[in-house]
Amino acid sequence: MALDTLDSAAKRGVLAMQEYALLSGRALSNLFRRPFYAADIFQQADIIGVGSLPIVIMTGFFLGGVLALQSSSTLTQFGATAFTGQLVSFSMIKEIGPVVTALMVSGRNASGMASELGSMMVTEQIDAMRALGTDPLKKLVMPRIVATMVMLFFLTILSDAVGILGGGLVSVMMMGQDGSQYFHNAYQSLEYPDILQGLVKPIVFGFIIATIGCYYGMKTRGGTQGVGRSTTQAVVWSSMLIIVMDFIISRFMIGIFGR
Amino acid sequence: MSQVGANGSSGPIPGQSAAGRDEPVVVFENVSMAFGPTPVLEDLSFTVRRGQTRILLGPAGVGKSVLLKLVNGLLRPTHGRIFVFGHEISAMKEQELFEVRGAIGTVFQEGALFDSLTVRDNVGYRLIEEHLPDEEITRRVTEALRFVELEHTLEKFPSELSGGMRRRVAIARAIVTNPRLILYDSPTAGLDPITSTTIIELVMKQRDVSHTSSLVVTHRLQDAFILAMHRFSVETNGMVPLPAHQADEHTSFLMLNQGRLVFDGTTAELVKSNDPFIQAYLS
Repeated sequence: MALDTLDSAAKRGVLAMQEYALLSGRALSNLFRRPFYAADIFQQADIIGVGSLPIVIMTGFFLGGVLALQSSSTLTQFGATAFTGQLVSFSMIKEIGPVVTALMVSGRNASGMASELGSMMVTEQIDAMRALGTDPLKKLVMPRIVATMVMLFFLTILSDAVGILGGGLVSVMMMGQDGSQYFHNAYQSLEYPDILQGLVKPIVFGFIIATIGCYYGMKTRGGTQGVGRSTTQAVVWSSMLIIVMDFIISRFMIGIFGR
Repeated sequence: MSQVGANGSSGPIPGQSAAGRDEPVVVFENVSMAFGPTPVLEDLSFTVRRGQTRILLGPAGVGKSVLLKLVNGLLRPTHGRIFVFGHEISAMKEQELFEVRGAIGTVFQEGALFDSLTVRDNVGYRLIEEHLPDEEITRRVTEALRFVELEHTLEKFPSELSGGMRRRVAIARAIVTNPRLILYDSPTAGLDPITSTTIIELVMKQRDVSHTSSLVVTHRLQDAFILAMHRFSVETNGMVPLPAHQADEHTSFLMLNQGRLVFDGTTAELVKSNDPFIQAYLS
């Protein structure tokens, strides 16, 4: 009995992986096939990118600030408060900026995609779209993937910048440190592999957010309750995958570049 | 794309056929459909010919909507072959199906209108996708909405319309591109009798004015017999009954029971059937 349950759970898992891979692959292959739905990409970029600006700026700023606050109190014990800028910029660009921005965008947009597409599924709007001769993977999924990947890339850069600025303000105004020293350290200590790591992550995370959000949306069954379930699962799985992929990318990059 | 017809000959490209009335538009050959281990439809074979209206009757949950979804390729059969306009759609890829679906209009059970688009954009969805000029889209959408007598709702959203109006907008969306085949999935389900009659009158109007082939799913006998025993009069812009004991010659019936086709014939044959299930269903 227990084996049967395990067996069916494993089959469901493999089937879900297969469906997810197929959806992602087919949506991406549509990128190079007409029609391009450029207007839909711009619309999604506006919703995902511009719409997420306030939360990304707020979280980035305060995370930078709290990093400076926490690290400077530790660094003071070793007489190394001058390295606050380096620590904040390192942390923001390589880890906290990409991960927290992705988690914020995931909470806001993976749920939005799952609920929007899920509602369309349960009200037969997706079937209607297919019946009207439009591929929903091309019209609905592909623009969301492209827009999320592109916008998360820029949102992360913005979050990094605002975070370093927030750290700087805390260091100068609350810790009494020298501003030019903070920013000089923050800038000078960075190398290209650090920047590369910080820029590769949002592209991968953007793909995860959009594909997971769309996947759960497109497999929604069971009315409004099903929509709620899909929304929750989309946020949980995308957040979890972001953290897992963050570890894998970090390990991979450190393996290649040694930092 | 497979274009071999049911008879083995090359099929026509949708919208370009010049064949006569007997040309099969939809052909089901021993089609079965199952969801997991549960069979829904078993060994169905029937034909819808050009200009024909076939009314699909059966109790709720018997697989009528599944059958319609098989016709436009939204679902694939587990066994058997389905031909639409001569194309074997059961063997076509999803990308190829979009072209065939362009010649099929579908009216979904609840309308399935896009709730974030206006009535104009809903009805003109296919025209917008084809990048037609705005003026032409508005003209054709207004024309289709006039057919269902809702041209004043152009800028409204589906949520601002009643259930019956939404169903009429769905019909306008299905006919705006002058399809060769229309699939109606319980177009009167959940509507009051007066609104139901209005919807059936529109189905009849499309049948008698445009002579479009159609497959009408319903479990309401009253709607089915109104459709079979009336014709649409252009002069009076309404339906008129056919002479006593006469039925529309292009309208015939299919009946499903427990996933199997238990009847395929004319109105007279249906009424005279000795099958106990059919008699019980009609009584």
